[in-house]
Order: sequence, then C-alpha cells, then structure tokens
Amino acid sequence: MSTAGGNEGRHPLFMPLILVGGLIFGFGLGYSHMARPEVVLDFLQFEDFGLLFVMFGGAAVTGLAYVVVPRLFDRAPLTGDSFGRRLKHFDRNVLVGGGIFGVGWGLSGICPGAGYASLGVGNLPILWAIGGMFIGAYAQGVWRSHTAQSDSAPASAD
Amino acid sequence: MVADLLTIQLLTELFPNGISRYAIGGLFVGLGAAAIYAGTAINAGASTFLESTLSYVSDRSRFSRYVRSRDWRLVFTLGIILGAAVYAVVFQGGAWTTDVAPWRLLLGGIFVGIGTRIGKGCTSGHGVCGVGSASKTSIAGVLAFLLTAIITAQVVAALGVTP
Repeated sequence: MSTAGGNEGRHPLFMPLILVGGLIFGFGLGYSHMARPEVVLDFLQFEDFGLLFVMFGGAAVTGLAYVVVPRLFDRAPLTGDSFGRRLKHFDRNVLVGGGIFGVGWGLSGICPGAGYASLGVGNLPILWAIGGMFIGAYAQGVWRSHTAQSDSAPASAD
Repeated sequence: MVADLLTIQLLTELFPNGISRYAIGGLFVGLGAAAIYAGTAINAGASTFLESTLSYVSDRSRFSRYVRSRDWRLVFTLGIILGAAVYAVVFQGGAWTTDVAPWRLLLGGIFVGIGTRIGKGCTSGHGVCGVGSASKTSIAGVLAFLLTAIITAQVVAALGVTP
C-alpha cells in the first residue's frame, strides 16, 4: 500500500499538487466536452469519434510520464514512494465490472471523472448521476462485505 | 486530389466537431494525472472517490480501507470541479445543462457505481492511467466497457429514447 494516503508527515505541497492536478484534469474534461453526456452518447452511437482522442491523448501523456518520470527521480519528491505503472491483477471481475460499468456509461453518457467535471460546468442535473454512482458503489460495498469476508485485496490508488 | 477530398469528407463524417477540442482536452487530462504521478507516484483515478467518501458515513471495511486517502481524493475531486468551472467561465460563457433524462442519469449512475468498483477502475483509472501503463488488465477493462456501452447506447437510441 502506498504511504501517500497517510496523514502524518505529509509534504506541505502534497495537497496543493493534488488540487492543481485535479484542476488541470477537470479543465481537460471540460475542454474536451466529456462533461457533456450528449457528446459521449454521440461517440457511442458512432456519430462523433472524438472521444478516442481524449482517452488515447490522455493515455499518451501518462504513458510518457511513466517512462520519463522514474528516470528523473528515484522516488516521488512529495511522498518518497517508488514509481510504478498502474498494473492491476486480472480476473473475471475486470470483465464483469467493466461490462456493468459500460451499461451505465451507455445509458447515461457519464462516468465518474466527467460527472464531477459536469457539475463544474454548471450542469446541476448531473447530480442525479453522481447520486446514482454513490448508491451503486454503496450497494456494491455492502454486497461484497456480505459475500467475501476473505476479500483482502490490497487497497489500490485507483 | 480526389483522394484528398474523400479523406476530408471521411474526417468530417467521423469528426463533425473536429479533433482539436478532443485532443487538447485529452492532453490536459493526461497532464493533470501526470503532474500528480510525478510528485507523488499516485496513479490518479476518479472512481475510488466514491468509496473513499462513503467511508465518512459508513464503517464498512470495504470503505474504511480508504480512510487514509479519503481527504486527498476529496481535494482531487474538488480540483476537477473547479477546473471544469474555469473552462465554463473562460470558454463556455456560463452554465451548460444536459437534456439527457434524469432517469437515464440516475439508473446509469447506479450501474456505473457498481461496475467501476467490481471492475477495479473507470475511464480515468483504466482508460487514461491503465492504458498509459500498457496494463493488459486495463486494456481488457476498457474493451469490456466500450463494448457494453456501445451496445447499450445503440439499443436505447433504437428504442427511440432521445436524448
């Protein structure tokens, strides 16, 4: 588990960097029109393929960061943690969960990050979707605590 | 010459709004995630915020394992909201509101909330950070949600629900 989540001894610039990173991230979601469910639905209905440039454009930048950053620093300046790529264990849940996520994404045209950004562009009705996401995440958490007491998968920095 | 015209026509059909807003926006999304990664080694994702924030109101172990990260995840989400608000003020010239029906947003949101937590990630965690990591797990996750999302959106549109 990353020590980045700890409360004690955090670098004074830790929170400011998270805020600025979020600002840039959210600005990008607004600029790319991903905060508009209609634009995502247009992509899913094959009317505008621009979303591919958002996802792969973003992935190209993070991919570059994964290559370059570890060569610049031994450890992360603000947390002291070592750099790793975002690699997660593959199991059936990735496909099942991804499939369920996709049904919701296709129905609403909104995903978590774009949902928060949508609130930022003044789209108050998106609170329906954000409320739904909390209900879904809560239901899943309750269900999983019932079915898998032994589920001790390490917390991830997703 | 003819080939050029065909190319232009094809591009206009595939990208009726051009590509610059998408490409530039995507670069900013990646840059935000990369800045956090460079300083903290954290692979930022948007959906864990749901569970980590639920830990403020529920003691369930499923949520409480995120207690240590819940404050910065809240700040990250506030940043996303503020960043989008900056876009709205500077480029959009005020608030924008969706026409997608509330029942679609609510029901879709519930599926998104369930699915992202079972599937270990969402469009930012799997789609931007995971694909950037060339993670096979994330690529499989992205293909899974793209497939069902396309089917769902096409079926809903075919049933005459607009928007």
